[in-house]
Amino acid sequence: MNKVERNKKYNEYVNSKKPKTRNFPTLIYAYIVGGVICMIGQGVNDTLMYVFPTMSIESANTWMLIILIFLASFLTGIGVYDRIGVFAGGGSIVPITGFSNSITSPAMEFKKEGVIFGLCVKMFSVAGPVIVNGVAISIIVGIVYLFL
Amino acid sequence: MGKRLGKQTIMFSNSAKIIGNYSIVGEKEGNGTFREYYDYVLKNDTFGEKTYESAERKLIEHSIANALDNAGVKSKDLDLLICGDLLNQIISSSFAARDFDLTFLGLYGACSTMAEALAVGATFIDGGYFNTIACATGSHFSTVERQYRFPLELGNQRPPVSQWTVTGAGCTVLSDKGSKKEIVNATFGKVTDFGINDVNNMGAAMAPAAMSTLITHFEDTHTTPDDYDLIVTGDLGKLGSEILLDLMEHKGYKLKDNYNDCGQMIYSNDQKVYQGGSGCGCSAVVLNSYIMQKIDEGVYKRVLFAATGALLSTLSSQQGNTIPGICHAVEIRKGD
Repeated sequence: MNKVERNKKYNEYVNSKKPKTRNFPTLIYAYIVGGVICMIGQGVNDTLMYVFPTMSIESANTWMLIILIFLASFLTGIGVYDRIGVFAGGGSIVPITGFSNSITSPAMEFKKEGVIFGLCVKMFSVAGPVIVNGVAISIIVGIVYLFL
Repeated sequence: MGKRLGKQTIMFSNSAKIIGNYSIVGEKEGNGTFREYYDYVLKNDTFGEKTYESAERKLIEHSIANALDNAGVKSKDLDLLICGDLLNQIISSSFAARDFDLTFLGLYGACSTMAEALAVGATFIDGGYFNTIACATGSHFSTVERQYRFPLELGNQRPPVSQWTVTGAGCTVLSDKGSKKEIVNATFGKVTDFGINDVNNMGAAMAPAAMSTLITHFEDTHTTPDDYDLIVTGDLGKLGSEILLDLMEHKGYKLKDNYNDCGQMIYSNDQKVYQGGSGCGCSAVVLNSYIMQKIDEGVYKRVLFAATGALLSTLSSQQGNTIPGICHAVEIRKGD
């Protein structure tokens, strides 16, 4: 048996043997935690609009996002957010709080290598691809929008 | 007279005696299966240091110093220190060696380092080149996570095939005389790659290497798995061990109850580490605590210690390369 064939067979065997992520419970946890984060966001928004009746909905949304980003960053700093993540999976990664966590956690981790070469360079090591894709796709969408 | 059996096994005539050993582990490992066997359990995983890298270095230093104490050997009487770890340029080992004023040999065998160090050390003693040698290795969960994976505080989920890097270090002191525990032979492994490229599934990547070394060992020494009281692999974990059992059976070797794996044993079931432990420290601390103690008590008389390593780097896996594995084995025997 040649090596390519042997490796293919071995990979097939390993794939059939390895434990799979249980989709159903993980989906439920992600749905619940993701939903709770969105509810908190909505709650912050409503409270802002109630306390500052003159505030426009756009600026209330902006403030709400800033508050959520701060909270997630804070929870990352005190070592709570990664525990939520273990339980929630996508539920705590997809909302903006996950983005905040993905910037704060490498910033904390690489602080020991100095502010410039550690913190500043490594800060975007996880979130970098999201930012690059976000910017690139908004440019494409912008161009399409221009001609419509 | 030929000391070599087959192509990969060396039979020692002046076998190296194990005169001292020491194990130190982190808090999580201290709550695991072998909690009462470790010499020292850390209360916090920075070990009083500013960075995790310094902590890993201190773990190795601490294990070497205390293993020497345990052996009753003064540092100036030690001929050679053989040491390795997982960090880039094996900084933990060489930086730890800096404080000892010793002849130093750094090894990189990934998680197989403990067995590799013992095999190399025993060979030097058998040749009569050095009389007293310390073999050490260690790893730290937090340094390995940041080198190979994600920041600690990132809220991601681990896949079910993943393993947990052991925080801990172990050291064994070998000498040409002074004990009934001895290393009677060593089988050096071949780099084996069966095309696994999932960096989380180290067990599957290393199992073929373990199979290769074990079968070569049995063939070279004309033994069968039943001749050993314990055959123990390094850090294949639960899945990797099951794969190894299947691979061995396919080749006509049936491993029975005398087979186990350090990665599979080290954590208890409620510690949520999926497939078990990994890292240089994994096999080092299990060997230098539980296994050595059981050999001393006479429970095991003949142990085949086969530590396994995955020889990848973050670059190699990002560039799409598959993961080569290696496994070195030493046979430890206790005479009457």
